[in-house]
Amino acid sequence: MNPLSHLDELEAESVYIMREVAAECEKPVMLYSIGKDSSVMLHLALKAFFPEKPPFPFLHIDTTWKFHEMTEFRDRRAKELGIEMLVYTNEEGLAQGVNPFDYGAAYTDIMKTQALKQALNKYGFTAAFGGGRRDEEKSRAKERIFSFRNTEHAWEPKNQRPEMWKLYNTRIKKGESIRVFPLSNWTEADIWQYIQREKIEIVPLYFAKLRPVVYRDGNIIMVDDGRMRLKEGEKMEMKKIRFRTLGCYPLTGGMESQADTLDAIVAETLGAVSSERTSRVIDHEESGSMERRKREGYF
Amino acid sequence: MKDLLKFVTCGSVDDGKSTLLGHMLYDAKLLYTDQRQALELDSRIGNKDGRIDYSLLLDGLMAEREQGITIDVAYRYFHTQNRSFIAADAPGHEEYTRNMAVGASFAQLALILVDASRGILVQTKRHIRICILMGIRHYVFAVNKMDLLSYNRESYLKIQKELEKIIDEISSEAFQKQNASAAVLPYESVYILPVSAAEGDNITKKSGNMTWFEGCPLLEYLETVDVTYKNSGSGFMMPVQRVVKPQSRCAWKTSSLEDTNFRGFQGQIENGLLHTGEEITALPSREKAKVEEIFVTDRKVETAVAGQAVTLRLDKEIDISRGSVLVTGKGPDVSSMCTAVLLWMDEVPLLAGKNYYIKVGTKMLPATVMSIKYSIDVNTGMHLPAQQLQKNEIACCDLVFSEKTVFTSFEQNKALGGFLLIDRISNQTAACGVIRHSLRRSDNLTWQETTIGRKERSEQKGQSPKTLWFTGLSGAGKTALANEIEKRLWKMGKHTMLLDGDNVRMGLNKNLGFKEQDRIENIRRVSEVAKLFNDAGLIVLASFISPFERDRENAREIIGRDDFIEIYVSTSLKECERRDVKGLYRKARAGEIPNFTGIGSPYEVPENPDIVINTEGKSLSENADDLMRQLEKWLL
Repeated sequence: MNPLSHLDELEAESVYIMREVAAECEKPVMLYSIGKDSSVMLHLALKAFFPEKPPFPFLHIDTTWKFHEMTEFRDRRAKELGIEMLVYTNEEGLAQGVNPFDYGAAYTDIMKTQALKQALNKYGFTAAFGGGRRDEEKSRAKERIFSFRNTEHAWEPKNQRPEMWKLYNTRIKKGESIRVFPLSNWTEADIWQYIQREKIEIVPLYFAKLRPVVYRDGNIIMVDDGRMRLKEGEKMEMKKIRFRTLGCYPLTGGMESQADTLDAIVAETLGAVSSERTSRVIDHEESGSMERRKREGYF
Repeated sequence: MKDLLKFVTCGSVDDGKSTLLGHMLYDAKLLYTDQRQALELDSRIGNKDGRIDYSLLLDGLMAEREQGITIDVAYRYFHTQNRSFIAADAPGHEEYTRNMAVGASFAQLALILVDASRGILVQTKRHIRICILMGIRHYVFAVNKMDLLSYNRESYLKIQKELEKIIDEISSEAFQKQNASAAVLPYESVYILPVSAAEGDNITKKSGNMTWFEGCPLLEYLETVDVTYKNSGSGFMMPVQRVVKPQSRCAWKTSSLEDTNFRGFQGQIENGLLHTGEEITALPSREKAKVEEIFVTDRKVETAVAGQAVTLRLDKEIDISRGSVLVTGKGPDVSSMCTAVLLWMDEVPLLAGKNYYIKVGTKMLPATVMSIKYSIDVNTGMHLPAQQLQKNEIACCDLVFSEKTVFTSFEQNKALGGFLLIDRISNQTAACGVIRHSLRRSDNLTWQETTIGRKERSEQKGQSPKTLWFTGLSGAGKTALANEIEKRLWKMGKHTMLLDGDNVRMGLNKNLGFKEQDRIENIRRVSEVAKLFNDAGLIVLASFISPFERDRENAREIIGRDDFIEIYVSTSLKECERRDVKGLYRKARAGEIPNFTGIGSPYEVPENPDIVINTEGKSLSENADDLMRQLEKWLL
């Protein structure tokens, strides 16, 4: 009988990957999106290098449309842990007034994909950890743990570098970069069980609470500030909701739930009937939309 | 406590792998409903009769859906009451063998599909061979499409018998060439069962159509099979990933640490276990120290076991860095030569004599494939003579590392017996390989340490021995310039030796032609000779067209980075052709010399030459003045 549980094995694998990157890559960074996967990644990074500080900075791409509780959480955690937290916003997009209501898919491209590329170029990072998991979506299911990007930050799914055993080839040419996914083999259930086991702090939005919401195209959207535009016939109401994933508030659907403790969330998730990406509005557009955005440089 | 089973599914193109896995997830209610809805929607678009196409669940990439085949590994995750599973769905097509090997390298168990209506194919054997090569020790054969044979028992039994025979053949063939230490069987368990992936027979529940079959259904078997790795019983072993630097402590949980000057060694334990207070040996230095503290990530423990990520603190400072291996007891060999089996994965073929980076454990260092002993036909297992190795081919080779390093045979330990070869120019992962055994020759042929060395010889001559490597087109003026420089150095009382391409080919290298492997061997010999002359204390002037970056990189590696000065004589093709001293360009233009550099074959301009000399419009003496000035810092 294996003395390690499946969570122990997943943890050890992620730690191994992080240490390999720190040892071999010239200038790594850890992308931090404030969500539960990022909280797990940060926790793993603290453990991987203990008692040393993670030997790389953290980077948050701020679209300025994140939930307020998210940005507060980000700043507080960075301060408490004494880690370096870089925050980057596409100022040009901001100045042009790019917003999630009028710009549709272009909003995600300009404020997330382009902003990420700009930030990586600005600091010259050669490797960026991302919290992507293979169970999230079909094209992610085929991506390697070390995923290579050309000088345009584009992914070439047809020509992925072979990845054997636990031997990672981290060599790149100037201008190229690597996206590294240490949580590749984790599932949503693993993430929640690990948060529970390790008592990892997460944004309060994951817990059910009475919040102001509107119902829109089958999603429950939280009205987080005065910039939220109500459509005709929509009215704001208070509902006890929580979120399974976090992003920009006008694009993130919540769910009605009574789960206001970690145990209740885990119980609810393990019995869940819909996969978590249903609450991300952009993924529904068409079959293959995720792969297309990834090829263009989305995380 | 739930454990984890990682398995790979393989089979040939239409054996129905994706369908089988998709059906298993669907039936066991392991899909979320929206994935199930998307699946039903997707298959109505792609399918004629509106039935669910379970394979769409796994074939995720758009290119694959268009082509209807699986080109890369897809990973699927599911949990049952008893186990967590990760399934790697590997492509079956021969063209994507390397992607299949990626899936196999990750797995503890292989689920191999056989199409009962077609019987065992060449591909089936190839897949077994690759799984054995990549170290899988547990096998399940699902004899699929039994519905097409009306669930006939006799047809199944025939295939079952054949499979049992084949796996024995392939495993003994893979291991017969090894030394006696390989008493380990290449596989531990085999389970064969009849199924229908499309109809769902024997997938999650016993089939009513095949009551004659007494075994359990597939999912039940996967839930219960014991795949615990039975290691060979040797002691603790851990390759060092990194050294914890004491100066940058974290604010997180470190207040309880007493030692403020913490220096630790991080890695994952690959074998055995370790207790506080035990003595470890660091390889290759063989220095010893006692274990003071063990941390499993942030948690201090008394004992740590294989699989755990740890940080170790020792009682004294000894020579340990990334790539060192910590062991208890004697530990594995330290050697610089081995015999290994390679799976070639690069578009550019392998040629013997070429220099690569090798990554074994956490160590990366230069290595050369000295010889291809034989290639192995991946379909039949036959050993064939081979000069070079193409993508997706397998061969047994001898490798030499640039220094003594720590490794084991692959059977003994996967982590220190498997390796990658990395192309030094393109950075591509060119091959993966498994070490069969170390070669004693490197121990017997230890470098003779002579009392009088390069240092003494060059001090006596009052010079620093370097190799000046002149590269450039034919007729660029390399040899004329090298000759002039040698004269000047000689006048200054320097001791020199000039090596010229044409002259070397008339003597030392007269058995070599102009094919690619000959070209590589030509440069290798010249570089070794240059190095010997440098050892003798001489300044070497080497004049070779050497049009390819990889060849020059090879020379640089052999001669030594600090002693190799690359001088690019950058005279343009137009000017060289105008001069045409030997009449070669005219012949090449007339088609009489194929692959002539600059005409039929490219010249790769050096990316970072130490010195560039353009001879156009200047006299030889002006060029020599210029070059002497630039050489000052190295030679004087």
